[in-house]
Amino acid sequence: MNMNITPIVMPKWGLSMSEGKLTGWLKPVGAQIAVGDEIMEVETDKIVNVVEADAAGVLRRVIGEDGVVYPVKALIGVIAGADVADEEIEAFVAGYAAPASEEGGDEDSGPRYEFVMTPFGRLRYAKRGDGAEAVVLVHGFGGDLDNWLFNIEALAGAGTVYALDLPGHGQSDKKLGDASLGWLASAVVAFMDAVGVESAHLVGHSMGGAVAGRVALDQPGRVKSLALIGSAGLGPEINGPYLDGFVAAGSRRDLKPLLEQLFDDPALVNRQLVDEVLKYKRIDGVEGALRGLAAGVFPEGRQTSVLAEELKASGIPALVIWGETDRIIPAAHASALGAGAKSETLAGAGHMVQMEKAGRVNELLLAHLSA
Amino acid sequence: MTRKISFKTAINEALDLEMTRDPNVILLGEDIVGGSGAPGEADAWGGVLGVTKGLYAKHGGRLLDTPLSESAYVGAAIGAAACGMRPVAELMFIDFMGVCFDQIFNQAAKFRYMFGGKAKTPVVIRAMVGAGFRAAAQHSQMLTPLFTHIPGLKVVCPSNAYEAKGLLIQAIRDDDPVIFCEHKNLYGLECEVPEESYAIPFGEANIAREGKDVTIVSYGLTVNRALEAAERLARKDRVEAEVIDLRTLSPIDWDTVLESVESTGRLVVVDEANPRCSLASDVAAYVAQHAFGALKAAPQMVTAPHTPTPFSPSLEDLYVPSTDAIVAAVGKTIARAKAA
Repeated sequence: MNMNITPIVMPKWGLSMSEGKLTGWLKPVGAQIAVGDEIMEVETDKIVNVVEADAAGVLRRVIGEDGVVYPVKALIGVIAGADVADEEIEAFVAGYAAPASEEGGDEDSGPRYEFVMTPFGRLRYAKRGDGAEAVVLVHGFGGDLDNWLFNIEALAGAGTVYALDLPGHGQSDKKLGDASLGWLASAVVAFMDAVGVESAHLVGHSMGGAVAGRVALDQPGRVKSLALIGSAGLGPEINGPYLDGFVAAGSRRDLKPLLEQLFDDPALVNRQLVDEVLKYKRIDGVEGALRGLAAGVFPEGRQTSVLAEELKASGIPALVIWGETDRIIPAAHASALGAGAKSETLAGAGHMVQMEKAGRVNELLLAHLSA
Repeated sequence: MTRKISFKTAINEALDLEMTRDPNVILLGEDIVGGSGAPGEADAWGGVLGVTKGLYAKHGGRLLDTPLSESAYVGAAIGAAACGMRPVAELMFIDFMGVCFDQIFNQAAKFRYMFGGKAKTPVVIRAMVGAGFRAAAQHSQMLTPLFTHIPGLKVVCPSNAYEAKGLLIQAIRDDDPVIFCEHKNLYGLECEVPEESYAIPFGEANIAREGKDVTIVSYGLTVNRALEAAERLARKDRVEAEVIDLRTLSPIDWDTVLESVESTGRLVVVDEANPRCSLASDVAAYVAQHAFGALKAAPQMVTAPHTPTPFSPSLEDLYVPSTDAIVAAVGKTIARAKAA
């Protein structure tokens, strides 16, 4: 095989993705491609996102057609040097067979999600990778572990990655205790106990960042580092009307405009994403849990727990990532940990920066985890 | 957590969860336990197709096996509802509603209105609907339009197991009489359903598939055919159909239908009921009246013909709206638009 030929394939984003729809090419045939260039747009059963090139060269073949659904790893296009002969590319395309799963067995036939009993109820989680370092991903208010669907596979190279559904969220039990950050932090520690993780790098998004920070302060021995993404706990401001609206929304019509506020590009919020959130919100007990949590952690549209000074004093290694156009928690909070923490604010991303700029966020996280 | 279960299991689970949550929920119906002659709980049938199987063992005397007298036990259920219970009556086949119509449309549907808003009638009447089961003309009808015609009744017809569970839970919690229509050919169909209780609100249609070229409106079993048709249209003809599952026929979500037609300009309504005075004609008329300016072609209706359901299997297969017929109807809206 000519090493100058790189296939563009249907990516696998998250545990449940088995196919995706090519919704459009962002580069024409013959275009010069640099690593990281956005080359095509793909819609999954969760969300629409762009695929970035992982090799440089010329876009020599466009095989995938707009609007067609392809299985994960199917050949969609070919990047190659301008000097590679057409015949070689034809041969490459003709001989291309989607590689079997990297992990030996058929990963799709195994459990996508696992469950574990804790004193905080039954919690759902996903686990990828098997390295020595443990990484725990903690989603935000009203979210679930699928908020990490563009990150969990990429981070698996750095260690064993766990993403959990917090109590009251996703498919974990819906009962909350006193609906405080401290209670959720204890739930994260109980989860680590239950899956046998002594200490971990915690990656938290939004409210999950504040939960991770609370764990680091309450149980410093259990936390090796923090990565805080669009995080709560770094300043008092938060979008109160968004929180109230999210808790109250019971229909697609009410919910969609709210979810659009989470992204820099509102077009990313497709029918499936709204449906998934609605299915969660309809479950008995969820509205009460969210209402209690919002009242406990973000009463009257303010954050009651600002952990920035305590985190600075703790000396725990921290990375802060923000989307520049975050409409839920202001990007100004990105500098709250001062010069002691690496902080990066990404353009073209809103509150769900780990989804909208997944490639860059994964790079930053991998560098942080290996530091 | 979620797992795959059938439509039938979803119905059973909804009944079980609501009976557990609320002691006022009771079930009445023919053989829903197993008939007075059944030798024991383990042998109980749980209804004609086993939908209520296992519930008697859990909830005992709150399941009442009734005589073969729909007019008596549907009336009893409505009376119990007016007195504070939340009965769910199972009527086997919707075709048998005829014998208890006075109880339903003169009594249950009118109590709230005629008693100055002071009376509630939280009764659910479940019944199987639809053809394709080789059960002939008296056990195969899609009589949904009879009930949507009557103000005071809510009418629900789910399209898959997820919808069935959430809509039945909402039906039981609702304070008005609900006619809950279960397509018998969906009973074996499985999909991902949460273990927990959840209620799907009435009057909100589900956009089962997004598309920009044509709006296909349906409910019940034919939503699945519409989705198949949409997949085929996308693959073969590059036509992106939006598929709207009405979920509840009363109340009906006009806003979602109109918004969709305003963006696509084309409407196909798929209804398994006979065509005259049907949901198909209702939706087509409403859209013609309220979104005429947006229409690029005449609305198309795909329905059963205006005949009783045939017993002959080959004729019955032709009777129910097929995926082919839906694809062809979409083709008409597009050809018409091009010609114009």
